[in-house]
Parts: sequence; structure tokens; C-alpha cells
Amino acid sequence: MVMGDLKFCPKEGLSRWVEELSREHTVLVPQQAGDAVEFLPFAEGSELSLDRQPTAPPKKSVFPQTETLMRFEYQKDPEHPDRQTLQIKETLPGKEKTVILGCRPCGARGFSVFDPVFGQGEYLDPYYQARREHTVFVSLACRHPENTCFCNWVGGGPADSAGSDVLMLPAGGGYVLRPVTDQGRQIVEVGGFEDASPEQQTEADRLAEEAAENLSPAPELEEVPDKLFELFENLDFWELMAAKCISCGACTYLCPTCYCFNISDEYSGLQGKRIRTWDNCMSNLFTHEASGHNPRPTKAQRLRNRVGHKFSYYPKLHEQVFACCGCGRCIKSCPMSVDIREIVLSAKEYADE
Amino acid sequence: MNNPYLPEIAIVKEIIQETHNIKTFRLVFKDPDKMEQCVFEPGQVGQLSVFGTGESTFVINSPPTQKEYLQFSVMRAGEVTTKLHSLKVGDQIGVRAPLGNCFPYEAMKGKDIIIVGGGIGMAPLRTLLLYLLDNRQDYGEIKVIYGARSPEDLCFTYEFEQWRQKGADLVLTVDKEFPGWTERVGFVPAVLAEEAPAPMNRVAITCGPPIMIKFVLKGLKELDFADEQIITTLEKRMKCGIGLCGRCNIGTKYVCVDGPVFTQAELNELPAEL
Repeated sequence: MVMGDLKFCPKEGLSRWVEELSREHTVLVPQQAGDAVEFLPFAEGSELSLDRQPTAPPKKSVFPQTETLMRFEYQKDPEHPDRQTLQIKETLPGKEKTVILGCRPCGARGFSVFDPVFGQGEYLDPYYQARREHTVFVSLACRHPENTCFCNWVGGGPADSAGSDVLMLPAGGGYVLRPVTDQGRQIVEVGGFEDASPEQQTEADRLAEEAAENLSPAPELEEVPDKLFELFENLDFWELMAAKCISCGACTYLCPTCYCFNISDEYSGLQGKRIRTWDNCMSNLFTHEASGHNPRPTKAQRLRNRVGHKFSYYPKLHEQVFACCGCGRCIKSCPMSVDIREIVLSAKEYADE
Repeated sequence: MNNPYLPEIAIVKEIIQETHNIKTFRLVFKDPDKMEQCVFEPGQVGQLSVFGTGESTFVINSPPTQKEYLQFSVMRAGEVTTKLHSLKVGDQIGVRAPLGNCFPYEAMKGKDIIIVGGGIGMAPLRTLLLYLLDNRQDYGEIKVIYGARSPEDLCFTYEFEQWRQKGADLVLTVDKEFPGWTERVGFVPAVLAEEAPAPMNRVAITCGPPIMIKFVLKGLKELDFADEQIITTLEKRMKCGIGLCGRCNIGTKYVCVDGPVFTQAELNELPAEL
């Protein structure tokens, strides 16, 4: 770390910084909206809600729930009235900068699972890349992990910096700001903050360590990818794990690392758009083919694929990284309290026997 | 940056009614340069878009040696295929192609070939067959077993004579006796057993309805074909076609980019989720 890189933002300086940032960026901050805490654009008088984990992660800022991929239009050919010509127009996102401020480290870490898929493979996703490039994440380190939190199981932690551009570490009645990337450094500069004192830095580190100690100990999961693979044909196991599941998909929509999507057309008259929307692998229709055949007709098979993807297929394809950031939203939001931690541990122990 | 979601506009040049529910479409890109630049391998697929209804995946079933048009044979089954069947010559649609992998035609050189197809499953096999026949000197015996429920359900009937003339040993079969039918009668796996191709220095390629494939694979095993000698091409529900949307995976493999062509040996390594 370069000297002077760490800055200190007093609690009362936070709104001023966000206001300053909002002059040239869209700044999304967690705000109370009914019962939920949502990422909403900061406007004058907006109150930041930083005390609890936001209800949904900031996924939609880079990967919107619905986005237009292209527009199309049919035009009647005046020479041949029964014939139409087709025009397609690409609709890429604009280049406006967005700052997400106050997400948790797990929420930003979700994008480090997206990146190898959407930005580093044979095919690059220009929509994702445009937004990702122009979005800066200022993550607030957690002081009080919840009992559904398990970021430490999957390589994260309360002050994890993967996917973040700046970390805000609570200390001394404010925040020590630790830039992680150059983009983050520029964002911090906008605030014109003083350097963090050695005492503030020490306190920030101490509080981060305390938070990490408050998490339940992480089990060894190294063998889980292979064990899940071995358990594939054990449908009894998966039926037991999926017994409570009602295939509602709340887990997939609230997951910072779930990226499955659908593409469909909407049109009226002679014009329309092709849109991409989040999809839900827990739905029977997800893999249902026009012939009537479905490779995953039961909820057990679908849960097997979801857990398999996160803890076996993805890590096998992407350097042993789990496609899970341990935020615990799938556990908290499941109407039937299906707990992915229990499934992973059961798989580990089942294969151990 | 190249946008992999953006289709090229293509014009329907010719439509062939193959059977009561299968039509073949011959398409050319609106931009002649795109037609010129379109390079693909036998077995690769394309996404056809009827804007307003959606996009679906079909194999390119013209061989790369044929440059004038791209051909797709489409069985009417769901929304997109129904819409495709309503197209007229001159209509414009979207095409994203080529996508996916191809038949290992290089590794098949110098070998005898047995192609076993049923119903619309003959569409991808036709691409390979025409490619092999266009390079006839590179391959040994080329036998084709092609079956359908009835004579009316056979596609590409207008080409059979040509296939034979170019050096394919074509064995046609239908499920039961039909008036005027002079070729074989019986299910495809039964005809395979009768023909009993020797596995020595031979590659088997099969595609058809799942139940047919199941018994063809069993038959090939009984004839002592090794899993490495058996090749098939798979179908899955797909959206993006580029390995991102997450629905066509079998374990770690995505049928859209890692397939659709797999050897039986490769499939054995994957979870049983076809």
C-alpha cells in the first residue's frame, strides 16, 4: 500500500462526498424503501441505510433484471405490398459512470464470478462489459455478520476486496477508505479527505478482524466439487435436499452470482425489441424443450444443477472459485428455509461415509 | 466490439416442404460480403430469429463446400418453428451462425463410415454426408441407414439418387409396410443389426429421436464399437448460443459451445442428464 493511500471520511462527511460524486455520476446507495433496503439513486436529502445488509445485492446495476439488446422494425416494401424488410438496431448501454456506494463486500464479490463468464471467454458480452467498465464499487466492510452470513466459507470475508474498487472500513466514528483499484483511487480523491491516522488504520483492521471472528468457522470445502459430481446420480440424496423447495426462484433472483438469463421478443405493430431478463433455473420451464422433453423435470434435478453449478461445475471451469459469495440471501429469503450451507455440508459428509 | 447477440439479416431464397411437418429453408445473407465471409464446418449450428417471436437453434445442414446459401431443416414443434413454417420466399429473418463445434471429419479420414439417422435427425447427418461425398476419395465405405415412420416422413427424398451416385450405400427403412414401398421395413436399430457393420477402422455417427439413439447405441455396443468410435450430436433448449445464458449445460459442458457434437466416450465423462 502506497503511503497516503488510506484516507479518513468522518461520518458527517459521507453525505457531502456522495453529493459531490453525484454531480458527475449516478450514485446508487442503499435506502429504506418500505420493508426493503434497496439501491436507489442518491438525490438531495436521500438517507443512506448502512446498518443492515441490503435486501437485494447491487447485481442489477451491471446486469439489469430486464435490458433491451436490440430494437427491430419491419417496413412494408412499397414495390411488393405483401413483403416486409427488416431492420435491426443494436442498443448498447451509455457510457455514464455509476458509483455503487455502501454495498457489502459479498455484493461486489458477485461480479468477480460474472467477470470470467461475461468478460473473459470466447464470446464477450458487450452489454455487461460496458456497464462493468463504467461502474465503481465502494463497499462497506461488515462489522456485525448475520447468522446467515458465510462469506468466509467461499473465500470472502467481512473486509474482502474482490470485486470492489474502494473499501470503507468503519473506524474512529467514520470510515477509513482503502482504494483497491485506480478507479477507486479517483473516486476517493473527489472527497478531498485527510490521510487516515495510524490509530484509525489500526482500529479499522481490529474491527475487521473482530467481524471475521464473529463468523462461524469455515469448513474445508476443497473436495466438495468432486463430491457433488460423485453424488450426481444419487437422486435420493437430491430429493431429500429439495424436499422443502417450492421452485419459487427467490434464491436465484436475490443471488449476487446467479447470471442465467432468458432472451425474448416484445413487439407491437411492426416494431419491437429483443430483451434479456434474469431467468430462474428452479423453474420447470427453464430447460423444457419444444418437443416436450425436459432434461430437468423435477425440483430435485433442478436443485442439483443449481448447487452443482455453484459448488462443482463453475469451480472446475474457473480456477476452483465457488460461484457463491456467501451472502446468505438465499437462506434468508427462502420461504421454506432451504439452506445451501446444509446441502453443501451434507454432500461433503455423505461422500465421506 | 463484435456483438455476438446481433443477428445478420438473411433472405429466404427457397422453401422445400420435406414432410407434413418439416420444411427446409435456403437462406442468403442480405449483405453479399457476409455470404462470402461465412465460413463454417459440418455439424455447426445457427440461431434463426423470427423477430417478434424469438430465436431457436438449428444445424446448418448444407455442407461448407456449397457456398450459395445456408440451409436449415425445421420441424414444426413450438412457437418459433411454427412461425418459421409460415415464412414465404423473399421474407427476411435473422441468422447468427456459425456456432458450436463440428463433426471430426479430419480424424475420420481413411476410415469406413456408418451414418445412422432417424426422422429430423437426418438434418445434421446430411451436412456431414454431403461433405464426405464431396471429398469421397478421403474416406472408405460410406454406409447410411436412414429411417422414418412412413415413406412420407422421409426428408431429402429428391436427393437419394444423387447420394447413391456419389458413392453412398444408402439403406432406407420405414417402421411398417406401405403400399409401393420397396425398400427395407423395420426400426432403425433392427436394420443396423441386420447390416452389422464391422467396427474395425470404422466410425459411427448417429442422430435421431432419443429412443432411437438409445437402441442404436446399444446395437453399436453389441457390434463391438468402442465409445471413441461413436459420435452423436445433441439438442438442448438454448437461448444465447454462446455459453452464457446457463441452460444447455450437462455438468461442466455447454452443448452450445462445447457441442453439439460429442463422442460417446466424452458423454460417458459427463453426468447423465440428457
